[in-house]
Amino acid sequence: MSLDKSDVEKIAHLARMALDESHIDAYVEDLSNILDLVEQLEAANTDTIEPMSHPLHMAQRMRSDEVTEGDCREVNQAVAPKTENGLYLVPKVIE
Amino acid sequence: MHSKTIAELGAAMQAGEFSSVELTRHFIERIERLNGDLNALITPTPDQALAEAEAADRVIRSGQAGPLTGIPLVQKDIFCTQGVKTSCGSRMLDSFISPYDATVVERLKQAGTVSLGKANMDEFAMGSSNETSYYGPVRNPWDQNRVPGGSSGGSAAAVAARIAVAGTGTDTGGSIRQPAALCGITGLKPTYGRVSRFGMIAFASSLDQAGPMTRSAEDAAMLLQAMAGFDSRDSTCADQPVPDYSATLNDSLRGLKIGLPREYFDAGLDSAVAASIDGAIGLYKQLGAEVVDISLPNTALAVPTYYVVAPAECSSNLSRFDGVRFGYRCEDPKDLEDLYKRSRGEGFGAEVKRRILIGTYALSAGYYDAYYLKAQKTRHLISDDFKRAFETVDVIMGPTTPTTAFALGEKTDDPVTMYLNDIYTIAANLAGLPGISIPVQPVNGLPVGLQIIGNYFTEGKLLNVAHRLQAETDWHLQTAEGFA
Amino acid sequence: MQWETVIGLEIHTQLATRSKIFSGASTAYGADPNTQACIIDLGFPGVLPVLNESAVDMALKFGIAVNAEIAPRSIFARKNYFYPDLPKGYQISQFELPIVGKGSIGIDLEDGTHKVIGITRAHLEEDAGKSLHEDFHGMSGIDLNRTGTPLLEIVSEPDMRSIREAVAYARKIHQLVVYLGICDGNMQEGSFRVDANISIRPFGQEAFGTRTELKNINSFRFMERALNYELERQIDLIEGGDEVVQETRLYDADRDETRSMRSKEEANDYRYFPDPDLLPVEIGEERLQRARRGMPELPDQKRQRFESEYRLSAADALTLTLSRAMADYYEEVVASGGDAKTAANWVTVELAGALNKAGLDLTQSPVSPKQLGGLLQRIADNTISGKIAKQVFEAIWNGEGDADAVIEAKGLKQITDSGQIEKIIDEVIAANPKQVEQFKAGKDKLLGFFVGQVMKQTQGKANPGQVNKILMAKLKD
Repeated sequence: MSLDKSDVEKIAHLARMALDESHIDAYVEDLSNILDLVEQLEAANTDTIEPMSHPLHMAQRMRSDEVTEGDCREVNQAVAPKTENGLYLVPKVIE
Repeated sequence: MHSKTIAELGAAMQAGEFSSVELTRHFIERIERLNGDLNALITPTPDQALAEAEAADRVIRSGQAGPLTGIPLVQKDIFCTQGVKTSCGSRMLDSFISPYDATVVERLKQAGTVSLGKANMDEFAMGSSNETSYYGPVRNPWDQNRVPGGSSGGSAAAVAARIAVAGTGTDTGGSIRQPAALCGITGLKPTYGRVSRFGMIAFASSLDQAGPMTRSAEDAAMLLQAMAGFDSRDSTCADQPVPDYSATLNDSLRGLKIGLPREYFDAGLDSAVAASIDGAIGLYKQLGAEVVDISLPNTALAVPTYYVVAPAECSSNLSRFDGVRFGYRCEDPKDLEDLYKRSRGEGFGAEVKRRILIGTYALSAGYYDAYYLKAQKTRHLISDDFKRAFETVDVIMGPTTPTTAFALGEKTDDPVTMYLNDIYTIAANLAGLPGISIPVQPVNGLPVGLQIIGNYFTEGKLLNVAHRLQAETDWHLQTAEGFA
Repeated sequence: MQWETVIGLEIHTQLATRSKIFSGASTAYGADPNTQACIIDLGFPGVLPVLNESAVDMALKFGIAVNAEIAPRSIFARKNYFYPDLPKGYQISQFELPIVGKGSIGIDLEDGTHKVIGITRAHLEEDAGKSLHEDFHGMSGIDLNRTGTPLLEIVSEPDMRSIREAVAYARKIHQLVVYLGICDGNMQEGSFRVDANISIRPFGQEAFGTRTELKNINSFRFMERALNYELERQIDLIEGGDEVVQETRLYDADRDETRSMRSKEEANDYRYFPDPDLLPVEIGEERLQRARRGMPELPDQKRQRFESEYRLSAADALTLTLSRAMADYYEEVVASGGDAKTAANWVTVELAGALNKAGLDLTQSPVSPKQLGGLLQRIADNTISGKIAKQVFEAIWNGEGDADAVIEAKGLKQITDSGQIEKIIDEVIAANPKQVEQFKAGKDKLLGFFVGQVMKQTQGKANPGQVNKILMAKLKD
């Protein structure tokens, strides 16, 4: 399966990732090659096979409902690019 | 000092032959002298190392020392380390100082180890050559024009160059075993769920597993002992007792049934590498093991399955890197979309972007069934292959990689060729099985790795099988020229 | 043309757990920004979610209450999209296998009709943070305290055929989740949020019309208004020859209108897939039994019991069981000695009136149920009359102590000594010879005058029954 430039641009938009215009052709080619590799799966007969999303057959463990975390805002925001008055700042959100 | 085993170092320190501080200084000096060209470390932490060594010495003097007290190692930069830059090999996290320790880091600290620094790696662990790192490629100590393998290439090179006693690694599709093979060291990927993933920056959550990278199976047993075990902070961590791995190292291999999957010895395998593997298997026969031919019929599906599952999970796992709460943020975003797109576009390298794009595509409307769901089913087929095989054999053996280390730059232009390098390692991740790679007869002066895959939670058996070979041979003791 | 309205609701209820659904951070409302967002809520590199069992148990209670199928195995999935209030770039939710499957709930309309509304599913998910649009140098501020608060999203079938039905259903769900103790029901604080899907079709037509989804509805009053506005808008559009566009619309309470949410216009591709950090949630028989045993009495059951046990009218039973707080209050009043019927009257009229006047909530009532019960006991044992009781109630309300203390301090005890009452009546008769004459001449109405005089002399404390009886006897002499 081969993708074209507009496919790649659409996917890049879904992933919110800017691609350098000069590299797009390379992405188109690489991704098409990877999809060719992936398409080998089509040959496998999986009609009666259940999907497997985890290697282990375990059930979700649950924790008891206890507050174990305190206020770590200062520490957590020390690595934030932009904050003010304890808030993370981003370009205006329009609803 | 740098050629001693962990057990020897521990005994020497407890006997007062040298202190952990002296040992640590010795490694810091080696790092300063030898790391420059190798580029095995992103962030050396000599001050922290010496402080930890001093603390270890106090513990040793008090008679409370454990087997790992005072042992200097390196942490793959995928593990969060409190107060120390945790980059994951990416520009995205170049400025990220973690506010917390990963469980693996915490446990190794508790065991008294000394961290010499953070090891280089492929960006977000996506790569098989350590060439995707934002911090530049790592060079293979055996031939500096060659790759060390990846993604745990920094840890592998550091251990092979004897600039650290041991290292931690993570393995999503071979990222411990493949660099271990190419650098001539011992690397163990435990069963999925054996070691906590908490604090280990996620690449593909259902495949990622941390493990030890050491010079010998004996050292690996000691490191795994400290790393493994239940962690309430990781829902996917197994609540299973951790056996004493060192206690079973010398168990007899008489009657051990070794399966050789014919698919692992096909046309893609370099003939010299094949000869090396055959040689090692011959030794196992001498040790009393029985060898049988088996088939893992869906082996060819492993790489394509992996390149749907891993990118799909990574495309979602890496969405958190958006320039808002941590990590790289582009200059002067003009609006919200610009903030996301440029922060991510500029913060991630090409291979990470490729995988995010593939994963996004595989999960998107209209393609989910054909790609993601299909791959989950073929994953089941691959897992079932092993299930059947382990009904008749104890361990499966084969090459870790199809060739020895390839040249830097050789495969960077062709992602698919690069991916196929992991053809023998990926299946164990898809099935969640443990696997170990140990050095066998080198080819043209380059290391070759024998891979041993075991059934779930049989790390003890793998270490035992690996150790018995190492007790009979000296391949694991060989050191690259200039690093002895 | 006659139009039929079709409404389905998606209700997000914040579950009343102490800690978040996947982390140990507090869910308390109103903290300083980002002080209750831990590294797990913030999606720091390397962190992992672990499921809060209370959130699961609360979902089970809801499922049991609406007779729903409980999934023995449910799956958490990731819903992927980028938004600043969503730290990980995905929301952990449930998609293909929700914990609560098909169920139903009955609603009662004011005209007495009863209708069963289907519940499609209810699933667990994590709440997002908040974007604050105050101007920070042209930027928005993000507070992630709410991130990771457990939500149960309750999705109804498109079974409602009028705005009245939709409001009744929403109120019924609200009543239920508060009764179950799984949600505080506070709509102002966003604990109970309603999204409404509304469409119209000509009566008799089978196929649904194009629907719009209304968001940002934070009270039942606004819900009614938003739906009314949207209904009119859709009718105008169609009757004007236009078409309804399927879209998400925001209700603006200030302008009382709905408007298109531009940010949501772009077709979303959420790329749902099972969350690999979480394993299947398996609900064993034991957990389910425990949830069943922990079920409180539900509103409908309570209403029936009030009617039979306390012999209350259907109307009183309904009013008293509207909220669990009210029902509990009432039962405590009765337990503290109040007569069931008098208590119903006092709680629904006197107390409710006083609370309403003061703008207080029942939980803030200055009069405790014990105090009210004590007061009613004094009416029952004739210590005070019903009229004096209102005076005593006011004093209790003002913090002057329990009924007995107030009666004692103010000397409000009823006069029941016949000798004493007789003496006062004699004085009244002696002082009003003209009226006595008229009464004897047949002007019966004057009895009220005499009673009034006696009460005036006793400041209302004489037992009214005794006064009547003795007066009649003396006047007829």
